[in-house]
Amino acid sequence: MTASFRSAAREEVLARIRRAVGGSSAVEQRYAQVPRGYRNAGGAQRPGEAGSPQTVALFLERLADYGASARLVDASAAPSAIAEALTGRSAGTVVVPHGFPEPWHAGLAEVRVLGDDPPVGLDALDTVDGVVTTAATGVAATGTFVLDGGPGQGRRALTLVPDYHLCVIPADRIVRSVPEAVALLDPVRPLTFVSGPSATSDIEMKRVEGVHGPRTLEVLVVAAEPPPPPPGDHRPIYDPAEP
Amino acid sequence: MRTALFVTCFNDTLFPGTGRAMVRLLERLGCTVDFPLGQTCCGQMHFNTGYQRECVPLVRRFTEVFEGYDAVVTPSGSCAAMVREYHGRVAEVAGDTRLAAAVRHTPPVYELSEFLVDVLGVVDVGAYFPHRVTYHPTCHTLRMLKAVRQPPALLRAVRGIDLVELPSATECCGFGGTFALKNADTSVAMCADKVRHVLGTGAEVLCATDNSCLMHIGGALTRLRTGVRTLHLAEILASTEDEPASAPRTAEGGAHR
Amino acid sequence: MNGTTFLGMPAFPRAARDALGDAQLRRNLAEATRTIRDKRDEAVGELPDWEELREAGRALKEHTLLHLDRYLLQFEEQVTAAGGTVHWARDSAEANRIVADLVKRTGRNEVVKVKSMATQETGLNTALEQAGIRAYETDLAELIVQLGQDRPSHILVPAIHRNRAEIREIFRREMGTRAAGDDLGGAGALGDDPQELAEAARRHLREKFLRAEVGICGANFLVAETGTVVVAESEGNGRMCLSLPQTLICLAGIEKVVPRWQDLEVFLQLLPRSSTGERMNPYTSTWTGTADHDGPREFHVVLLDGGRTATLADPIGRQALNCIRCSACLNVCPVYERVGGHAYGSVYPGPIGAILGPQLRGTASPVDRSLPYASTLCGACYEVCPVKINIPEVLVHLRARVVDGKRRRPLPGLERLAMAAARWTLSSPRRLAGAQRMAAAAARLVRHNGRIRRLPGPLAGWTDARDLPAPAPESFRTWWRRTNP
Repeated sequence: MTASFRSAAREEVLARIRRAVGGSSAVEQRYAQVPRGYRNAGGAQRPGEAGSPQTVALFLERLADYGASARLVDASAAPSAIAEALTGRSAGTVVVPHGFPEPWHAGLAEVRVLGDDPPVGLDALDTVDGVVTTAATGVAATGTFVLDGGPGQGRRALTLVPDYHLCVIPADRIVRSVPEAVALLDPVRPLTFVSGPSATSDIEMKRVEGVHGPRTLEVLVVAAEPPPPPPGDHRPIYDPAEP
Repeated sequence: MRTALFVTCFNDTLFPGTGRAMVRLLERLGCTVDFPLGQTCCGQMHFNTGYQRECVPLVRRFTEVFEGYDAVVTPSGSCAAMVREYHGRVAEVAGDTRLAAAVRHTPPVYELSEFLVDVLGVVDVGAYFPHRVTYHPTCHTLRMLKAVRQPPALLRAVRGIDLVELPSATECCGFGGTFALKNADTSVAMCADKVRHVLGTGAEVLCATDNSCLMHIGGALTRLRTGVRTLHLAEILASTEDEPASAPRTAEGGAHR
Repeated sequence: MNGTTFLGMPAFPRAARDALGDAQLRRNLAEATRTIRDKRDEAVGELPDWEELREAGRALKEHTLLHLDRYLLQFEEQVTAAGGTVHWARDSAEANRIVADLVKRTGRNEVVKVKSMATQETGLNTALEQAGIRAYETDLAELIVQLGQDRPSHILVPAIHRNRAEIREIFRREMGTRAAGDDLGGAGALGDDPQELAEAARRHLREKFLRAEVGICGANFLVAETGTVVVAESEGNGRMCLSLPQTLICLAGIEKVVPRWQDLEVFLQLLPRSSTGERMNPYTSTWTGTADHDGPREFHVVLLDGGRTATLADPIGRQALNCIRCSACLNVCPVYERVGGHAYGSVYPGPIGAILGPQLRGTASPVDRSLPYASTLCGACYEVCPVKINIPEVLVHLRARVVDGKRRRPLPGLERLAMAAARWTLSSPRRLAGAQRMAAAAARLVRHNGRIRRLPGPLAGWTDARDLPAPAPESFRTWWRRTNP
């Protein structure tokens, strides 16, 4: 394959397009006319909604719908919850990518931790008992968290090859809707949107959880330290009646 | 309001009882309708089969015949949809700007149930029909006209009626015009499922807003000797104690006036 | 060469007849489509702004198509800046040649593949095989089709026509004992539980994923603004192919491009709910060129025309290029539900296939000429389409194209003669009245209790299973004239 061969095809395809629809002009103005009457267009956030008890409750409920075990823990209880989850799996060796938040490391005391530095080979990844990461953002409406390879998330293979993934997310990273998450994410980084464990409906459209990706997904949402309640205020912080 | 009846070529030839029921019903409601004799066909069969060129004289005739009326009412959801959605396209494809202008000036064309509920503002038309009936929403009435609530509302107001819900009602019966001939096997398979659902309701009468679909389902109902008959909505709504929609001796159905 | 129909494919009605006679197929399809329809309705019903999302999706696609040259060039520029390479292919053969050459350059003769409609369309696997390269399909349904030496019959679930028992048989026959699980409990150990079958697929492919050097994928979306590629999937096979190999090749139709990153906020809501009926599919991967220390070192995108620019040139037909391959239209189509995907004769079945195929490939073959007629025009497809493709409108438009093509033939067929006669009759109320009198007279000879039970020639297709009402003795217009003198 030569460069000229390639560019001949390129020029021809572009010429065909221009013959079909004419050349492009005023593209920006026309783009701006696309109707966006749907909710949260452009990622508009309502103040106080990210990480709110309602948002977190919805996130947990939607994750559970997809067969992920998901629960909310206080910041102080996060290390013990991590330790419990790993003990529950009888995990001996786990991968924990660089940058995993320091306060949660206490939860890893009972297991052997591989830090992916130097990189863990694929065969080794295939035999570890699991991977523990955090996530860049969460989407409540769809029960999705997004990995962007940032601190505590690592390269994509780490959360793919091991059979167990424990994801620990600070509550304030969870937004309500897809547009809000899209606005927060950086497309230059390789991103993975995860919504429950790997699954397939290819046989009779019956959903089966656990195919090639981690077959067990566990999510811990870590609540922000609650501000001390004003004296005499006994209102519940979470009203389950509100959607 | 000057209202014209567009009976459609299909009803004119095969189901004139439906047209007669329309006239009786509308007159009972105090609405005088005219039947311009120059009318023939909306062109739907040609258009939907790919013979768009052949539609041009039919569309032109339609615009000429109904020019000057305030409203056109028709006992066919699919013909109403053809006029509303595609007459402009026929003129456009033919490159006939005068025809295109004429189409734009065509009076509004209503399917019967739309005309009764949305234009005349009536739901109870004073009908009496003491039978078990199930209603099949035809595809073009449902999805092109989006006349979803009008026919059931009109039927529910009929005295004596036992209106039962048709399972999988919104699924196509498999008629599809020339589809029934070109893809006869698939058409019959779809019809068989529709018939199964109709029989499951225990209804005596299957009602719809298009005689074409009723001809299709009814053709299977009589072939199988099910004893279930088909009636256009107009004929049930026209039925009263004094002039009931009689059990048809012929397949055209409906009472003779 | 653009994507072809399956070899020796008959016209739709004949293929449909064979399918209708297959009781197992009918049952499999009815079950599967009902399940997915219900799921989709529930997922869509959850969003109060669904109609606004659809409208935005349609408008974005339409806008992109009208400025496709600009957005493709922008995409190319961004991919190149991010360390990737963009190639252009005028047709399927060219696309396959480019991909095969890229694979050969790596010195490998095996590739792992993510499910992709574009590579199905171009027949990439066959082309790679001819170049001595073995392609492993890794999506469960694609694997079932590949191992069963079968054809895909659905866009999302290519093996929808197979039930669990049939899949178990294919796996037992083709996977060898280890993956099929026979070593776990002796012969016949592999059961037909979907969980167990998925497990067998995992064991079968695990080694291939971990050793793969070259991955091949399609794309759900290409973002012009950033050069980002988006692949949505469920099983994790996609992530394996996208992030483990050293070389990644993406083959995508030119219509997959969307203007900006922000536009994904629309499509990531429309696609999963329409497609699998989930709020979000388990995994969506996005990447831009190559990244340091994560994923492939070499990344190529092949942009395929393959009849898309010809489709683009038709102002009515071009809306077919809005398609995001969700397959909602298949699941609601009463024709598809009964005959399945094979009768449509290509990798694009169902309503979208009936408007896409004849446009991408032209209407030269019998099956492509028959596809625009493989619909009752019931409109259920248009109602669910997340990007509002008016499929019935395009079907009717393509029917006119088929008819106009036949007009050039010197001898008119029976249908053309009948349509001409009908036009002549219906062009005059006098002639119509005359025809009504003649029909009523003729009907007196053949009718029985007002019904006609047997008709000759092409009309027998009706009367084989359905009665036909006889024309009324007195037409409406005659009655009107008599009673309104």
